[in-house]
Amino acid sequence: MLNDWLFIGLFFLIVAIFPGAPILIAGLLAPKRTTPAKTQTYECGMETVGDTWIQFKVQYYVFALTFLVFDVELVFLFPWAVAFDKLPLVGVISGIVFILVLFGELLAAWRKGVLEWV
Amino acid sequence: MEFLRDPITFIGNWLEGLLLGWNIAPGVASALVQLLGAFVVGTFSLALVIFTIWMERKIYARIQDRLGPNRVGPWGIFQTFPDMIKIFTKEYITPDGADKVVYNLAPILTVSAVILLWAVIPFAPKVVGTDVNVGVLYIVAIGAIGTLGIIMAGWSSNNKYALFGAFRTVSQMVSYEVPMVLALLVPVLLGHTMGINSLVQAQSVWFVVLSPLAALLFFLSSQAEIGRAPFDLLEAESELVAGYQTEYSGLKFGMFYVGEFLHAFTISALTASIFLGGWRGPWAEQLPILGVAYFFVKTFVVYFLVIVLRITMPRLRIDQMLNFNWKFLTPIALVLLIVTALVEKILQLLGQDSVLLRISVHLGMNLLIIWGTVEILRRMARKERQRVGEPRPVAIAPQTPASD
Repeated sequence: MLNDWLFIGLFFLIVAIFPGAPILIAGLLAPKRTTPAKTQTYECGMETVGDTWIQFKVQYYVFALTFLVFDVELVFLFPWAVAFDKLPLVGVISGIVFILVLFGELLAAWRKGVLEWV
Repeated sequence: MEFLRDPITFIGNWLEGLLLGWNIAPGVASALVQLLGAFVVGTFSLALVIFTIWMERKIYARIQDRLGPNRVGPWGIFQTFPDMIKIFTKEYITPDGADKVVYNLAPILTVSAVILLWAVIPFAPKVVGTDVNVGVLYIVAIGAIGTLGIIMAGWSSNNKYALFGAFRTVSQMVSYEVPMVLALLVPVLLGHTMGINSLVQAQSVWFVVLSPLAALLFFLSSQAEIGRAPFDLLEAESELVAGYQTEYSGLKFGMFYVGEFLHAFTISALTASIFLGGWRGPWAEQLPILGVAYFFVKTFVVYFLVIVLRITMPRLRIDQMLNFNWKFLTPIALVLLIVTALVEKILQLLGQDSVLLRISVHLGMNLLIIWGTVEILRRMARKERQRVGEPRPVAIAPQTPASD
């Protein structure tokens, strides 16, 4: 049990080496001749106008919020699914009610027009 | 003989014995072996990319009626090596005003997240990095790190196109996680476990037979998670130059490329493990090396499907992409989960544990849901056609008054 997590911990420690080392080696091999024109921000043949970190469309935020509701609730379903064969019928029914509430949320969001791209 | 049957476990045991022989504490010895194992898994997955890039280019070319790479080595199989040498000698260009730390961290994070997934993928009964008891949750969590890497790349580049790519990542990758997690709940429910290797062991009947709809949902939503055609909105060339990777050059760009290809292959491996029985097959328990072969055959079949899907489908528009997720995949996944739970519990309460009955009931319910969905879609399409069929307001030439 602990050994399983030891492997993942070690993997987390060394995993950055695999992409990191080639990037470093390539940095040593590659030429470095920067000119002001070269490092300009790319913008289809023109100079960038104004701030690059612009405001984003509010619709993205709405979708992110909808996702958050679903994702948090879905995590609670995993223990239910794992212990499924030991659950009595009442436990299964209450799990299904929980999923139906999720479904209701989806329908409510749908009717409110949250899921429309405007 | 023992070596031929199961070389990887054999080498592991031999190494641990060797280290113990050098009077190293048992805990440290096993940690060292595990460290080496992690290193081997990571290197192996990166080396696989060299092959999958060639394979993908070749199939891509064949479908487009071209020859594809055919100069370097037999059938152009070594084409990737000159490409790698070329990209290694390309200059890194960091754009003005980029957030340097985040900018350099993004490609590393993207590739690392994909390699980390290989820790839980079982190649054979015992040849597995680790079988953590929350494997499915681990996959979902690590997938989110990959998304984070792409958002970081888009934000830190100080480029409007890159930022747009990052925005789209938020809405796309994040949205498609919902049906993916829901589809993953079905095998967890059928197998009563969350570990990937335990799930493979639970598949005396492949889950794709028990629940083809869940396999389809997982496959489709994971295509969006990979972020390639038909869901490649985050790097749509004709709209966003190159999306989040616009300002990257040299091997930093190459790493995004590697990450994408490796992710596609990893998702194929996961689909093969969770739904197609992974290493399961005749005599796989006795001969682990045979299990590895089964695993790779299944993975490459799924990977072939992924490539064909990428080549033959046009890119979706962003509203179509979101509609497909929220109004199609997510409701179906929720209905499927409810139906599967009810059927499984009722069968258990009735004391029916005949495999054939279980398969036929589950399969029947899945087909019923598919039929219902298709029927609803047909009704909607008919309504849509009728709406279009109504006379549209058109400019009519003014009637000339009757001359008299």
